[in-house]
Amino acid sequence: MLVGFLILLLFQFAGELIVMALAMPVPGPVVGMVLLLVCLIIKGEVPESLRLPSEALLKHLALLFVPAGVGLMTHFSLLQADWLAILLALIVSTGLTIIVTALILNPSAKKLHQLEKE
Amino acid sequence: MAFWTFFSAKPLLWLIVTIVTFIVASWLNRRVGGTPLLHPVLVSLTLIILFLLLTGTPYETYFEGAQFIHFLLGPATVALAVPLFDHLERVKKMLLPLLLACMAGAVTAAASAILVAQALDASLETLLSIAPKSVTSAIAIGIAEKLGGYPSLASGLVLITGAIGCVLAPPIYRILNVTDEAVKGFTLGVSAHGMGTAYAFEYGLMAGAFGGLAMGMTGAFTAFMLPLLIPVMSL
Repeated sequence: MLVGFLILLLFQFAGELIVMALAMPVPGPVVGMVLLLVCLIIKGEVPESLRLPSEALLKHLALLFVPAGVGLMTHFSLLQADWLAILLALIVSTGLTIIVTALILNPSAKKLHQLEKE
Repeated sequence: MAFWTFFSAKPLLWLIVTIVTFIVASWLNRRVGGTPLLHPVLVSLTLIILFLLLTGTPYETYFEGAQFIHFLLGPATVALAVPLFDHLERVKKMLLPLLLACMAGAVTAAASAILVAQALDASLETLLSIAPKSVTSAIAIGIAEKLGGYPSLASGLVLITGAIGCVLAPPIYRILNVTDEAVKGFTLGVSAHGMGTAYAFEYGLMAGAFGGLAMGMTGAFTAFMLPLLIPVMSL
């Protein structure tokens, strides 16, 4: 468990280093995630010590969003000025995203299912 | 009152408040049948903000305690590699349609949100904070920081998007005649990240797995795509 947590931190650290060194416009942890995925593919399996902390963190992922979300309270004036724009933008774009994604996947759904059964 | 003055300045109190509120909000959500409109995160945010306003506590004081939870978002983002690896076989078999759907969905989400908000005269900070709204907060917060938006505004918008996605998806599936579990789950993951993924599990295990897969793919793709899209949209 402890070793697994250290692995996550080290990959995050490596990600942050790469982002800084190459001045990439991407969050460090995302690069860390890609690096870890590549290493897992090379290794061919997820070590048990890594699986435990990873699944514990992802199981409580929702809780981790709360502290930053509470920061909404510092944006009341921005929200007051732009609330209609924000709400409409979120509803329209979320609806469109669902339609576009489903329309692309739906035709191949049958094929996907067949592949799943194999 | 002396107790309050003492403890309200300590990180410990705010750490406890965050966890207790979240546990209560989760319990409440289960009681009302798991509706996305009363998502535990949305309920926790509202309760904690009200509590801070009532006690006159500045956000900075609260964050001194809550930062210990916030910090875990970094390692949690890295940990997304584990479920991605678990579904690798599935991904390989249907790489092309999934990649296409993920990329088209991610671009649609960001571009249409920016266009609508821009048409309604939203400020630049709002536009930059709204851009990563379909991505899991862990990644969206990082993206907003990089783009020059407000991370806390971005994560709030992400959570609201998640709830909207869970409400809109079922009727759209009926209209478009989407019956396949994998398509339902993947679409929820692309449009409504972790909240969509949690909701997808109600369609079945496969839908949930595809939701998680979509969440990881969309998050990673958007992190690389948005810095290129923003200049194209001349922001």
